[in-house]
Amino acid sequence: MRFSEEFERRFAEMLGHYPTRRSVLVPMLLYAQDEIGSLTDEVITELAQRLELTDLEVRNVISYYSLLTTKPRGKYNVQVCTNIACMLVGGEELLEHCKKKLGVKNKGTTPDGMFTLEEVECIGACSWAPAIQVNYDFHENLTVDKMDQVLDQYSKKGTV
Amino acid sequence: MASLVSHPDEVRVVSKRFGKGATNIDRYLELDGYKAVQKSLGMQPDAIIAEVKNSGLRGRGGAGFSTGMKWSFVPKQSAQPKYVLCNGDESEPGTCKDRLIFEHDPHAVIEGVMIAAIAVGSHTGYIYIRGEYRYLSIIMQKAIKDAYAKGFLGKNIFGSGYDLDIYWHGGAGAYEVGEESALMESLEGKRGIPRIRPPFPAVVGLWGGPTVINNAETLAAVPPIMLGGAEWFAGLGTPKNGGTRLFCLAGNLNKPGVYELPMGYNLKKMIYDVGGGIPDGRELKAVVPGGSSTPVLTIDEIDVAMDFDSVAKTGSMLGSGGVVVLDDSNCIVKFALRTMKFYRHESCGWCIPCREGTDWLEKTLKRFHSGGGVMKDIDNIYYLSENMLGKTFCPLGDAAAMPTMAFVKKFRQEFEDHLEGKPCPFERTGKIEHLPVYA
Ligand SMILES: Cc1cc2nc3c(=O)[nH]c(=O)nc-3n(C[C@H](O)[C@H](O)[C@H](O)COP(=O)(O)O)c2cc1C
Ligand code: SF4
Ligand code: FES
Repeated sequence: MRFSEEFERRFAEMLGHYPTRRSVLVPMLLYAQDEIGSLTDEVITELAQRLELTDLEVRNVISYYSLLTTKPRGKYNVQVCTNIACMLVGGEELLEHCKKKLGVKNKGTTPDGMFTLEEVECIGACSWAPAIQVNYDFHENLTVDKMDQVLDQYSKKGTV
Repeated sequence: MASLVSHPDEVRVVSKRFGKGATNIDRYLELDGYKAVQKSLGMQPDAIIAEVKNSGLRGRGGAGFSTGMKWSFVPKQSAQPKYVLCNGDESEPGTCKDRLIFEHDPHAVIEGVMIAAIAVGSHTGYIYIRGEYRYLSIIMQKAIKDAYAKGFLGKNIFGSGYDLDIYWHGGAGAYEVGEESALMESLEGKRGIPRIRPPFPAVVGLWGGPTVINNAETLAAVPPIMLGGAEWFAGLGTPKNGGTRLFCLAGNLNKPGVYELPMGYNLKKMIYDVGGGIPDGRELKAVVPGGSSTPVLTIDEIDVAMDFDSVAKTGSMLGSGGVVVLDDSNCIVKFALRTMKFYRHESCGWCIPCREGTDWLEKTLKRFHSGGGVMKDIDNIYYLSENMLGKTFCPLGDAAAMPTMAFVKKFRQEFEDHLEGKPCPFERTGKIEHLPVYA
């Protein structure tokens, strides 16, 4: 199992920040997932060994956090907030629009592996609602038209 | 990057460096940065705590507990190391203010953590930022690195002989982890299951050591208090509610945005003046005053001073500063359902009243909104919520129950309008799946 140098540097550095090894687990799982695409059996075993945990203990943690996943997602994870502030100004309509446009259900991935669509809870963009995150990037004050533009941009970016 | 707004009634204390390039440490220094911590290093810890107490600063995370008082609970002598933990998990629906602080003024949070640490005799601080806020964790990591490079953090800070380390920590998606004891579990690399209290974190917290946990905005307010003085800060707000607060105006408003207003600012004015009123010629219907956990206010209840004590008198809470405004085109039953869907999703499942209660309530509300409700469901929704209240292991159960009870109590007619197979009177798309009525 090989991670990037950046990952290894961060891992070593973060271990020094806490009195216990397992404290690095949650942030490092997210960084590992960002590199590998999902938390595969291999990643889980590797991190468990490094942190002196069992695989099960690591899986237990993974299943708790909504960003962490053992299943691969598309290249771009389109996370549409439909929580209260977004719902009031069209968040649900955006989600429906994305479902149609991408031809997938909630948590579905397009056949080309480009997009995963996910309905999410509040992402901290309530005053700029309706809002989405594509991977970690925020897109705010959206309309259906702007949503189309955003998706098209990622489509282009993803095919080059 | 979230856009900034302004209004003449704003009093900029925590937001005074927003948009001024203060992520750069030299710029932060030009704008009074790291002066408050140097001043604090020359003070007795008790004097720092007294200053914060007298300022009337109360927790901006939601509960509104006196910050100085919280710090005073940390034992002076402790065999275990003491910690300061900044809560930047910001996930309460309606709330998007800590994000702006991290984006525009990360050093203010660092400086706040430093002062808290000096006040309670801690040498280690953590700044926990929710996983979705990746760009903010990058900003924060750089800010911390820059502070170390200048010698503001590490050994012998500012030549005072005091050692202080501050680290960044990241989450991975979980509202419940914002609850202080679950936050500590998460930082220790575990599932965010809350801890039993007492003992309170101030006595037994991270790795068993006394721990001060404060919201990011609370901590960012501390440096201005140390520089401007308790009296000045207290005078900005109302009695026992010192200072200003970042209000996140959201929902059906002409000018939504995050505005820093004095504590006690009138809610009606906040909606119609600061927020620019309701768009599209619609009328106001209801307001959620402090994030999704706080009971809804009707139009008859909005002439209220937005401070902890005044909002409490209405039976609601000032909460986390998320003001969500609903116009008259919205269905309260649907709003209640979406709120409950959130709590069901976020319930950690540890205790039965919350795990089963939120699930059952979501199902009942869903069926109800889809025309499958009967009269006794209305009382059942209320009764179920009432029976969660105060009976759950952590306050998430209350956070789900309180708003639900208010929706039923204050908008009962609207629930009745959905009864026995009637379509939702507010549905715009006509696309709700209709569920059968079970008697
Ligand atoms: C379910 C739940 C979620 C919470 N989420 C947050 C949060 O995201 N950020 C926060 O600062 N406080 C949150 N709190 C409040 C914290 O438990 C804690 O009271 C707060 O961080 C203390 O800081 P303060 O005194 O400065 O407000 C939450 C509480 C509960 C019950
Ligand atoms: S109230 Fe809910 S979130 Fe809190 S411990 Fe119980 S199940 Fe978990
Ligand atoms: S409710 Fe959608 S970002 Fe907060």
